[in-house]
Order: sequence, then C-alpha cells, then structure tokens
Amino acid sequence: MSARSIHWFWYASPQTFYPLAGAIGRLAAPAAAVLALVGLYIGLFVAPTDAQQGEAYRIIFIHVPAAWMSMFLYVVMAFWAAIGLAFNTRLSAMMARALAPTGALFTFIALWTGSLWGKPTWGTYWVWDARLTSELILLFLYLGFMALQASIDDTRRADRAGALLAIVGVVNVPIIYYSVQWWNTLHQGASVSLKSGSSMAPIMLWGMLVMALAFWMYSIAVAMARVRCIIRERGEA
Amino acid sequence: MLDAVRCLVARDLLLALRRKSDVGTALLFFVIVASLFPLGIGAEPNLLRAVAPGVIWVAALLSSMLSLRRMFEADHADGTLEQMALGAAPLGVVVAAKALAHWLVAGLPLVVIAPVLALQYDVSPSLYGVLALSLLLGTPVLSLVGGIGAALTLGLRGGGVLLSLLVLPLCVPVLIMGAGSVEMAAAGLGASGQLLLLAAMLVGAAAAAPWAIAAALRISLE
Amino acid sequence: MLEAAELRCERGGRTLFSGLAFTLGSGALLRIAGPNGRGKTSLLRILCGLLEPAAGEVRWKGAPIRELREEFARQLVYLGHAPAVKDDLTAAENLSIACRLSGFPATEKSIHAALETLGVPPQALVKKLSQGQRRRSALARLVLSESVPLWLLDEPLAALDAAAAALVTGLVAEHVRRGGMAAFTTHQEAGFAGVPVSVLDLDAFDA
Repeated sequence: MSARSIHWFWYASPQTFYPLAGAIGRLAAPAAAVLALVGLYIGLFVAPTDAQQGEAYRIIFIHVPAAWMSMFLYVVMAFWAAIGLAFNTRLSAMMARALAPTGALFTFIALWTGSLWGKPTWGTYWVWDARLTSELILLFLYLGFMALQASIDDTRRADRAGALLAIVGVVNVPIIYYSVQWWNTLHQGASVSLKSGSSMAPIMLWGMLVMALAFWMYSIAVAMARVRCIIRERGEA
Repeated sequence: MLDAVRCLVARDLLLALRRKSDVGTALLFFVIVASLFPLGIGAEPNLLRAVAPGVIWVAALLSSMLSLRRMFEADHADGTLEQMALGAAPLGVVVAAKALAHWLVAGLPLVVIAPVLALQYDVSPSLYGVLALSLLLGTPVLSLVGGIGAALTLGLRGGGVLLSLLVLPLCVPVLIMGAGSVEMAAAGLGASGQLLLLAAMLVGAAAAAPWAIAAALRISLE
Repeated sequence: MLEAAELRCERGGRTLFSGLAFTLGSGALLRIAGPNGRGKTSLLRILCGLLEPAAGEVRWKGAPIRELREEFARQLVYLGHAPAVKDDLTAAENLSIACRLSGFPATEKSIHAALETLGVPPQALVKKLSQGQRRRSALARLVLSESVPLWLLDEPLAALDAAAAALVTGLVAEHVRRGGMAAFTTHQEAGFAGVPVSVLDLDAFDA
C-alpha cells in the first residue's frame, strides 16, 4: 500500500475528517464572500450594457453559474454516492447527503433567475425552454433524493437507498436532457436561447467565471458545515 | 433459472386473476383520467385531437404509478420476497420476471384500451397503430424503471406518493418520445425515429434496471 | 460446514452483538437463545445472507457466502417469521412454487403428501386456513427438503399445538441424524428425540 492510499483511508473516517472539514470550511467561506463581491462588481459595474437586452441581461452572472453548479453538484453527489455504495465508506454517503440541499438550492436559483430574466426578454415569467425544463426536472430529482433519505429512519438504509437513486438519476440525466431538447424543437421550432453567446465580451465571461468560483467556494463551505452536522448528529465526531 | 421466471410470471398472473379488482382499478383510473380532460378543457375537436397523444400518455404514466406499489409490497409483507431473494435464481432474474408480470397485468391492458380512448378524442384511425406501438414499447420501460422506485420505497410510510416523486421525473424521456411519436405521425413526418428511441430505451432499461432493482431490494430487505 | 467469524450486528445505530463466532458441522443442531430484541432473527438473517453483518463474515465450506450467493442459497432452507405463503393461492400451489423457486421442484403427489403429513388441506385457499395451519403449510417445506443440507428456522414452534410441534421437532431431528445441520431460534426449551442441542446464548456476546 502506498503512502497516498493510506492517507485517503485515514481521512475516510468521520472522526479524522471532522476537524479537516472545519478547516476547509473556514478557508472556503471567506473566499466565497470575496469572490462573490468581485464577481458581482464585474457583473454589475464593469461589464458593458448589452445592445439588445439592456441591463436585464446582468442576471446571467447569477443564473449561468448557478445552472452550472446545479448540474455539477448532482454529478459530484452521485460520485460520492457510488463510492459509498462500492466501498461501504460512511463518510462518502454523508458527503452525498450534505451536497443535495446545496444542489437543489442552485437549481432553484437557476430557475428563479431564469424566469426573472424571461419576463423582460420574452414577456413572460415562464417559457418551456429546453434549458429551463431540464433544470426543473433536475430540481425534481434533487427533491426526490432528499425526500427518500428523509423518509427512511435507518441511516444505513437511507444512505444506500439514496446512493442507488442518485446513480440511477445521473445515468438518466443525459437522456432526459436530450429528450427535452428534442421535445423543445418539436414544439417551438428554434427557440430563444438564454446563452446567445455569439457576441459575449470577454469581461462578461470573466464575471461569470469569478461568480462560478464563488459558488464553488460557497458549496464547499456549506457542504463541510453540513457534513460536520451530520457527523455530530450520528455521534461519530 | 428460466423455470423460476416461468414460475413467478405464472404465479403473479394467477394472483391477478384471483384478485381481478386490483387489475381493474388501474385500468379504470386510466380511462377516467383520460375522460376528464375534455371536461376540463372543452370539447373543441381540433384541440382534443392536438392534446390526445399527450393526455393518453400522461394518463398511462399515472396509471402505471398507481399499480407500481403492488409490485413488491405484498410479497414483502408476507415474507415471499425474502424467499425469492434466497431462491436458486439470481435476484436480478427474479425481479425481471416480477417486472414482466407487472407489465402483463398493468401495462398491456393500457396498450389494448388506448385506441378506444383515442376514439373519444377523434384521433385519426391511421394513428392507432403508432399509439399502441408507442405504448407497447414504452409501458415496459415504466414497469422496469418504476420497479427501482418500488424497491427503494419498500415498506416506507407514505411510500406511494414518494414512489411517484422518485419515478415520474425519471420517466420524462419515455413520455416525451411516446407522445412525440404520435404527434410526429399526426404531422405526417413519420414516427420511426421516436419509436426506435423508445425501443432503445426499452433495451437499455431491460438490461440495466433488473440489477438496479435487485440492488435496491437487497438494501430495503436488510 | 457453516462458519460464523467475528460477527457484529448493528440495528438502528445500536450494536446487538459482536465478536460472535461458531461453527456448525454436519449433524449438528444449534439453538440460538436470548431475550427479545437481542438479535436472534437478525443473526439468522445474517447467516442466510439477507442481512450484511457490520463486521465479520459467514463462510460456507470455507468460502464467504457473500461471494457464493445463489450457490449458497440452493443449499439452505430459511423459514422466517412470516410464513411466506400467499393468501390467494392454495396450500399446494404455495408449496409447489416455493420448491420451484428454491431449485428443487417437487411432484404434485409429494406436495400433497407433505401437506397431509402436517395436517393441512392441500386444496384449501390459504386465506381460509387458521394461523396455525398457515404456519404448518410453510413448515411442510421441510418434509420436501431432505436433500438440502442447511436448515435455518426462525421460531419454528411458534403458534403450533403440541402434536404439530412434535412433528416438526421430529423432522429436524431426523434431518440432523441424516447428517444435515440446523440452526433455530425459540423461546421454549424443546426436546429433539435424543439429538443433542448446542445452545448459543446471545447474552454472551452482548456488546
């Protein structure tokens, strides 16, 4: 066994991970705040006004990174779930459980900001745009995961059942995404896309990237705090 | 191994035959839901023709959710599920047989009755074939994917609603392709693409779902 | 030979027993004893592979049962708390299906004979049977399981009258004398026609 693998298993135990999670959280939380301030400054003051959409477009600095995070976190969650199921490590299941509410939150933010952006742009709060519809279904998947775990009392069964559901979900996500896209073209023709992308100034991209980083840090900080709660709740601190 | 499949399918069909009301309720639910839509949205024939594929497919989806809970619940309660898990055949094969039996009892009747509902919606008879074929390919996927949900929620309180909450989002592609195939055919564009995709989903689900169901059952049986 | 090595069982965050080890050789009869809630049923479920132990493993002829799966399942009969019979089938149908699923299909004649041995009307729907008769219709499987080496029985004598209990203990004793092995849980002491019974007291493995 190499030194590295010993290291990994060392931190796979909740007791040893508990203080580490605290340390990571203490670093990530201020980083999230600083990055969010910088990102919002770029988005709200530095980036130029869009020729067609005016100021309303600025919501993409929240919307796009939130949408990225919502999908990314689901994959991360499924990854931890799979590890937990395969190697029977309790900490992985706790990580999956800790990530779900944050993922659902970002999905909800993406939907909310998408509909706020839709009102001035399309004249309505909700359009059955392929992206928004996929996000909506993703939100259902997150809620299903959390509802399943919440309704099982036995933590071992809850962890393992949730893990299996997350894996089934992550296999399904691309199928759902492509079928929704096809459905959208069938019913709407070429629809307006949120990310017209063609004429994006580099500074806009920077704004979104900084915001995405801020959301990353936020997710890490919150997940660590939540995982510490779960460890304490299960009396393994 | 094949004997186990034959035995289980025959057993479940026999049980369904001795409890006809269970089969009847899901089918009746399908018919009632589909019959409520004209009352809700008006009887304008063009409108009804346009929504028919979607309505029939959503009704089929809801009706199969209704019967999913029965897939393992009774066997769990009386202990036969444990015996199946300890049988000579691998659990994956056993649950595939259970899903097949569930489809024969809950899915196939929907396929048969769907053209009658299409009649209510004044759908052109030339589309009956596509509608039935799309349901024939799609409803087994609902039984297979639904089986995962049924196994995960085994014995939980409020399991029925939770089951739908878990399974319905996963069934979105089947709904889209199923209803879409009929719409494509209605528009004269040919439905073979969607039907092939449905067939692909069926093959994929038949290959992967039984093992997922078996894993879920092992988790729930502990 | 069935071996249990350093088994630990946790249910609902509580450790029921730990460090539990024993071997069950051919011709051995084991009674698992202990008060309610000590994990008798859990132990039986671990032994047949339905429940994963929190630590340790169960071995059948030297190989972990986790790897053997169906191969192991074919060599055991497990009769749990629930009788595992369907209300809407006849006793004979139930027994025939149970035998087919376990990989030992039985003829109709032997099924009828087995049920009659235990005094259960073969053609009656199970929902018309009494609680004790249901129990006996499940136990009828033992008559047809002579060739299955390992019997794991959860409270086999519960809800049985003295005559039926004598029948069942007789079946178990005969099985053990043939060189089979059996483990069972029970509250009451029971005699097995002179076959020595070793006792595993779960209190001794209290965590």
